[in-house]
Amino acid sequence: MISVNYYVILSAILFAIGALGVLIRRNPLIIFMSIELMLNAANLAFVAFGRSWEIAKGEAFFNGQIFVFFVIAVAAAEVAVGLALIVEIFKTKKNINIDEMNTLKG
Amino acid sequence: MTSELLVFLVLSLVAIASALGMLFSRNAIYSALFLVLNFVTVAVFYLTLGAPFIAMSQITVYAGAIMVLFLFVIMLLGAERMTAPNALPWQRPLAFLLAITLTVESVYLILTRAKPDTVIAAPDAATNSMESLREMAMTLFDKFLLPFEVTSILLLAAMVGAIVLAKKERAGSKS
Repeated sequence: MISVNYYVILSAILFAIGALGVLIRRNPLIIFMSIELMLNAANLAFVAFGRSWEIAKGEAFFNGQIFVFFVIAVAAAEVAVGLALIVEIFKTKKNINIDEMNTLKG
Repeated sequence: MTSELLVFLVLSLVAIASALGMLFSRNAIYSALFLVLNFVTVAVFYLTLGAPFIAMSQITVYAGAIMVLFLFVIMLLGAERMTAPNALPWQRPLAFLLAITLTVESVYLILTRAKPDTVIAAPDAATNSMESLREMAMTLFDKFLLPFEVTSILLLAAMVGAIVLAKKERAGSKS
């Protein structure tokens, strides 16, 4: 028997791994990937809670899935702009170490 | 041990292992491929939770489009191996401590305080039918029509933003 808590615990662990990645890695591309991992963990919790509600009420319930759909769209937009920014920073600085991105001028 | 629980445990093991592999790979390309594996595993979780449409969009959008974009940028910049000296030596142990604290406290709170604890049944044939997908589309285009349209504006803004960032240099040299 799987309860909804198993999924939420898995989601929490994946989120913590993503947060750890943001803290310890110096490569902004890996930091971006960790952010995607955290978004995914939240999505998993959304779908699990939606399914839980569906089972508790006994009727079809799609709000959780639709929210995940929007999160996926926002993540796609975010990645497009973020990677364009990283490429632009690389063009001017010839380096993408985040420790050196400490100035606001380009 | 039921087969459902076995599937869940094996899949969650793969998900956590691939997430850790993403984190600790020296080569950024391996990280991206580990993340693809993680996304596919999460898509299988969506299937077990009765969300086939979300599972397929996860594979096409995340594991397909977004990760191809990542791999493309990694190869474009040649950022596979970045061995930069760590500017803050105390940051790494502190980060591990904080992440472990976050995991332990959230798992503890979920196990002790989260109520009610619904049992997740395996999706039946009706969940994976075309009729269910049609119903989801009706919800999306009826109840969530405004957010859906706002998403299109967001995607347009992201597209314009990416083009402007990519074109900046040429415009600067002309003026």
